[in-house]
Amino acid sequence: MAKVLTNTKKIQVHLNGNGKEQVPAKRLNVLKTYKMYVGGQFPRSESGRYYPALNKSGVTLANICLGSRKDFRDAMVSARSAFSGWSARTAFNRSQILYRIAEMLEGRRAQFIDELLQQDVPVKQAETEVSLSIDRLVYYSGWCDKYQQIFSSVNPVACSHFNFSVPEPMGVISVVAPQNSGLLGLVSVIAPVIAGGNTCVVLASSEKPMCAVTFGEVLNSSDLPGGVVNILTGKVKELAPYFADHMDVNAALYCEKEEATIRMFKEKSALNVKRIHLYNDINWFSEEGQSPYFIFDFQEIKTTWHPIENIAGAKSGY
Amino acid sequence: MAVNGTLPDFSFSPHVDQVGIEERASRFTKRSIKNETKVNGLKLALNMIDLTTLEGKDTDGKVKQLCYKAMHLHDVYGGLPTVAAVCVYPSMVRVAKQALGNSGIKVAAVATAFPSGQAPRDVKIRDTKFAVDEGADEIDMVISRGKFHQGEYNFVFDEIAAVKEACSAARLKVILETGELVTYDKVRRASDIAMYAGADFIKTSTGKISPAATMPVTLVMLEAIRDFYYKTGKKIAMKPAGGISKAKLALHYLVMLNEVLGEEWMNNEWFRFGASSLANDILMQLMKQKTGVYQSPDYFSID
Repeated sequence: MAKVLTNTKKIQVHLNGNGKEQVPAKRLNVLKTYKMYVGGQFPRSESGRYYPALNKSGVTLANICLGSRKDFRDAMVSARSAFSGWSARTAFNRSQILYRIAEMLEGRRAQFIDELLQQDVPVKQAETEVSLSIDRLVYYSGWCDKYQQIFSSVNPVACSHFNFSVPEPMGVISVVAPQNSGLLGLVSVIAPVIAGGNTCVVLASSEKPMCAVTFGEVLNSSDLPGGVVNILTGKVKELAPYFADHMDVNAALYCEKEEATIRMFKEKSALNVKRIHLYNDINWFSEEGQSPYFIFDFQEIKTTWHPIENIAGAKSGY
Repeated sequence: MAVNGTLPDFSFSPHVDQVGIEERASRFTKRSIKNETKVNGLKLALNMIDLTTLEGKDTDGKVKQLCYKAMHLHDVYGGLPTVAAVCVYPSMVRVAKQALGNSGIKVAAVATAFPSGQAPRDVKIRDTKFAVDEGADEIDMVISRGKFHQGEYNFVFDEIAAVKEACSAARLKVILETGELVTYDKVRRASDIAMYAGADFIKTSTGKISPAATMPVTLVMLEAIRDFYYKTGKKIAMKPAGGISKAKLALHYLVMLNEVLGEEWMNNEWFRFGASSLANDILMQLMKQKTGVYQSPDYFSID
């Protein structure tokens, strides 16, 4: 049986003459079942499969759901049905909700640091990672009602039309999150996607999945409508092809450097001409890890031609 | 009288064990149907659909579009069956008939003051005759639920028999509106009345009342059909309608049909789905099976 790492000191187990376990002197810890976050709920994998999350020394930290393609399919249904509601929220309201996520994350600070420590992240870095994750949410919360001004334009045209271009959310985004960072990478890719009014299905880091699941709990308690963010756990190799070829995905984001997978993403996404973004060389701990351009990556530009009256010889210029 | 011999007393229709019937119905959802069997099942379900539009806002254009869809479900997928029928209001029958031409797809019309059925009998008869004269192949009538609840079973019986007469060659579907009958016992009793009065089909719902078709209710009606068949040797068709919008659920219904009534009923002469959005979900599943890629409603026709 795999040894389970706990926060407390080693539990004393008394063996009687038959070698059978007796009631331990101290109480057993009640360990959390790490489940996925889909449609505002925490289901196990439809497949019933799981894999152990290990730390460097090979100790089992938790059993994690090994998501299947059907889990992805179900998550896509949730994400699609959440899209119309989420994209119709006012920018200000989305901003409030992102800020609320930051507040909830702040409240669970200790838990996240503890989980990062269990997954072999050094103390200093763990603290920085959680702080930066909170700050990043606040950063994108601020951008929710501002990126539109930056990226929209009024265009000069040679006829009596008022012509303007504004960004609109693309739709449902499939995201393969950065694999080397359990929390900051995840937050850094989710926040700009939802700040822009999209919904998403995210495959968490398969090596460090614990924070992703706990982050799902944070999202669930922060006014974010169910289905806007869906977090799956599992193997990238197995699930990435479906992230790339599902016809209902409008854009895909891949955050690793593996050439074969990048190629696969580019080929399969051609099927419905989904947009592809590769964030495979970004240091999420640095300043380059946050920018309104990450929001812009998942926006489409819509241009409107609005006829204007030509009153008393007035021209259409400004 | 539709059936020879004396009529049964409908007050003595068998009672239905609620727990038992719900448990039995839920068992049908546990079968595993994969690959080739699934594709065949989906195609069969597609072929059993009464593609329906019953809105106050229906226009000629909307009905024409629906008819076009009925004939060309998804042309990218070769060799697909068509749906069984298009179901519209009587005023749209002529448009639908014309649009469908000689495609073999039938036109069903809801008559008798659908969906409430709160009109005098002569109005209901005229409504029915109008639809038949316009060219409807099938008539979907509603029973008088109010009279049924008052225990006036003879009234309900006579009304169905009168509408049946007005249908002449058209097949008659009798809508029980199970959502308003509330108990399984009443569903069973209404089914018996409808079948003895001359229904060709018994149908669960109008689609305007929730709950519409459920599996247990359909099971009660299928068992009524089975018992009627054993007693009289006459086959009655079944049409669950409303609330069936997923391919998987449609397959569950087919499993139930097969296990209660058997293979003889497994075609669109004896079983129909009244639905509008079911067709697209089935098409998406079929395309998924064919291409291996999960589909999006963006690439299918609008319901």
